[in-house]
Amino acid sequence: MDLDSRLTHVAVIGAAGKMGSGITLLMAQEMARLTLLPENKGKLFRLAAIDLDPEALRGLQDYVHSQAVKAAEKNAMSLRAAYADRKDLVENGEIIEDFVRRVDSMVWPSTDLSAAKGARIVFEAIVEKVPVKVAVFKQLRETCDPDAFFFTNTSSVPIGLLDKEVGLGGRIMGVHFYNPPPVQKLVETIRGATTRDDVAQTAAEIGKRLRKTLIPSADVAGFIGNGHFIRDGHHAIAEVEKLAAKHGWPSAVWMMNRVSQDWLLRPMGIFQLIDYVGVDVFQFIEGVMDHYLDEKLTNATINKMMELKAAGGQRPDGSQKAGFFEYERGKITGVYDPAKRVYLPLDPQGWTGAADKALGELPQPFRPWKALLSAPDKDAALALHFKALADQKTLGAELARAYHQCSREIGKGLVSRGVAAKPEDVNGVLTSGFYHLYGPINDYLAAGVSR
Amino acid sequence: MKALRKPVYFTCGDYTVSLGTGRKEFNPKKERPGLEHYIAEAGKGALAQIPDAAAIDEGVVGNFMAARFNRQGHLGAMLSLVHPSLEYKPSTRVEGACCSGGLSLASAIKSVLSEQSDVVLSLGLEVQNTVKAIYGADILAGAGHYAGERKNGHAYFFPAKFSDRAGAYKERYGAEKTWAAMGRWYEQAIVNARKNPKAQEFHNTTEDLFAAHQAMKPNGKTFCDHINFLDCSKVSDGGAAVLVVSQEGLAKIGKTKTDAVELVGLGHAVADLTAAPPDLAVLETTRRAAEQALKMAGITVDQVGVFETHDCFTITGILACEALGLAKRGEGADYVLAGHTRLDGKTPFNTGGGLVGYGHPTGASGVRMAVDLWKQLTGKAGNYQVRLDPKRPYGLLINMGGNDKTVVSAVFRKGLPGDN
Repeated sequence: MDLDSRLTHVAVIGAAGKMGSGITLLMAQEMARLTLLPENKGKLFRLAAIDLDPEALRGLQDYVHSQAVKAAEKNAMSLRAAYADRKDLVENGEIIEDFVRRVDSMVWPSTDLSAAKGARIVFEAIVEKVPVKVAVFKQLRETCDPDAFFFTNTSSVPIGLLDKEVGLGGRIMGVHFYNPPPVQKLVETIRGATTRDDVAQTAAEIGKRLRKTLIPSADVAGFIGNGHFIRDGHHAIAEVEKLAAKHGWPSAVWMMNRVSQDWLLRPMGIFQLIDYVGVDVFQFIEGVMDHYLDEKLTNATINKMMELKAAGGQRPDGSQKAGFFEYERGKITGVYDPAKRVYLPLDPQGWTGAADKALGELPQPFRPWKALLSAPDKDAALALHFKALADQKTLGAELARAYHQCSREIGKGLVSRGVAAKPEDVNGVLTSGFYHLYGPINDYLAAGVSR
Repeated sequence: MKALRKPVYFTCGDYTVSLGTGRKEFNPKKERPGLEHYIAEAGKGALAQIPDAAAIDEGVVGNFMAARFNRQGHLGAMLSLVHPSLEYKPSTRVEGACCSGGLSLASAIKSVLSEQSDVVLSLGLEVQNTVKAIYGADILAGAGHYAGERKNGHAYFFPAKFSDRAGAYKERYGAEKTWAAMGRWYEQAIVNARKNPKAQEFHNTTEDLFAAHQAMKPNGKTFCDHINFLDCSKVSDGGAAVLVVSQEGLAKIGKTKTDAVELVGLGHAVADLTAAPPDLAVLETTRRAAEQALKMAGITVDQVGVFETHDCFTITGILACEALGLAKRGEGADYVLAGHTRLDGKTPFNTGGGLVGYGHPTGASGVRMAVDLWKQLTGKAGNYQVRLDPKRPYGLLINMGGNDKTVVSAVFRKGLPGDN
């Protein structure tokens, strides 16, 4: 069966979640595009959007609609070409409206897993808990036709294990989108030991259709992205624990967050990123990795944050919930103090200023991540930045060098253990999935920098 | 019209800020003033310069597409928002796409010439930021031929039309100099706009404007093949007003001829809306309208000291230099590159920023041009005042609708002390 035939009937499980809604949007748009092709005239296309939460499904419909409008407005030029034969639809407004109606009507919401019946492609984007995934896949195995393909958005669970537990006969593959799927270019693809060639082929074609950058990862819990992220986060937490003795916990969290963002030129600091992903999700992923890998990957600080219900993540409207930090309109306004169980408001004249002072000046000349992202002289600027960083004697620079070194070791470890086929794949995941300006495996500070 | 049957004067001009992207106070997410505000503010700016609003005999309102941008027709009947004493006076709304303002001027002139009115308030306005640019493009495409060109047209219909003109010009006369001249036109427009507090680009702080333009290479996949975003005039909300008066009218409003400029030539031409332009690298209708205006004025273009042209796109500015006869065909780009159209050049163009720099509230633009020429010829242009050569006391405007389809051109003469 060719891809277009498979795409006449798709199901997304966990469709109303953060990742599921993005995948639903992307697939509904692609399927709506197919309905415009002359060879598909009269064919019924549908996407079963399945989720346990009816209220969230209603929210999904609103989300798909508003995002489809934005995307259609942005792509009006190509849409006009696709509608060239429709003499009755002339203006941008008419064409956009028609296309959005097609996207909207593509989505068939349901709270019942049996709505996946007949689907030829099933995306799973539910909670990162192995027993739950296994149970859902078992039910899907019974519901769906024997030729259905299953793509799991898991960011950590081994694919081979799922196939073994469920018995899908190689019709499953990891297709790990990054958050938010419509924006992020990266998709990690993970073949299990049993994954069939035609399934892998279909995943590759879908990735191409959606204009994603596909990077393969070996079927090792955590894959490349989380394989780096979780360990990178643990390094920051370990540093916080050391710094806290002298500076206090909130200052230490603030400092490591700044070091990772400003000294290492990342789009956001490590603790803000953990909050964005969700401390709860971070803990799930740790759990999966800890279970399958021969390495202790659970973390006491993360567990404590969860006990204290500082779980981060986003509200349905997309606003950031409190975790390591408290936020107002996406901006950090306070840092959590687990001892006192309160968020300590930022105080540039007081403790925050003192923490900044302890870190010292940024390497000069300093250009923030955003300024460098599309700068034509990015590579030269990075070389200059790291040269300045190598020579600095401040605490900030010292922490940054150690952090940089650790990130590099994690990256190299992923290659040496065969999780990534080559250093470029690790670097590709970090630059296209995490929006880093450079990959962790680099020679910027190679000349034997130590603490 | 062969000759003016009696003297006609323009005075007491004013216009509003051109609101849209670029202005610090513009926030697309916040509610903004509507048509009512702009007609009132522009009109009040003119009326504030005369002792008694009751002297106004009539109003003309130029507007292109309020029916779609604002779902409002019948703008003529908004005249009394300017002043209560205008209630029950005659008022007409006129439309000719982006030349609607020019038609407002022409209509006011004819009213004075016909001796129906001595003092006419000529207004123009447009409020375009009510829709996103992609839908605004649909509305503005109404200035083209809907049945004949829209379906096969570009999503950004008019930018693509003028991109085609830029492409034709580049191909015939050289891509490099054309692109450089477009960059210089952009630079000149923003430099002038920074001297005009009401200009949409007044707050522009780009250091090297020319370099910024040149770096943004046209990309047909994301926009147009031969122009970039900087080559385009802005999406704008704004209004403009000027009084068009007879000699008797001047006395009624207590103004002298040196407070005013005298209209000495008018050209008005339309070309077949349903037909393609005869030559993409030539603005033929513009050429004819300007020729008429100069002929009626009895002067040559060399006697004109200051110009207002319809630079809806930078390429149009270049083509206008040729249509006016200031440069030969293919040499408009060289003319701009030589700096002749700059504020300190021999023939300053669009001194308050023009459409690229001030903004292009479509229905207002023709009236705004007349106001800027009146300001220049009466020494009221403030920071962008040019030093006028006494031997060339004329100003000329070209207001163009659609793809060179409706054009109004007017020539004004500075009021001289001996005139009074």
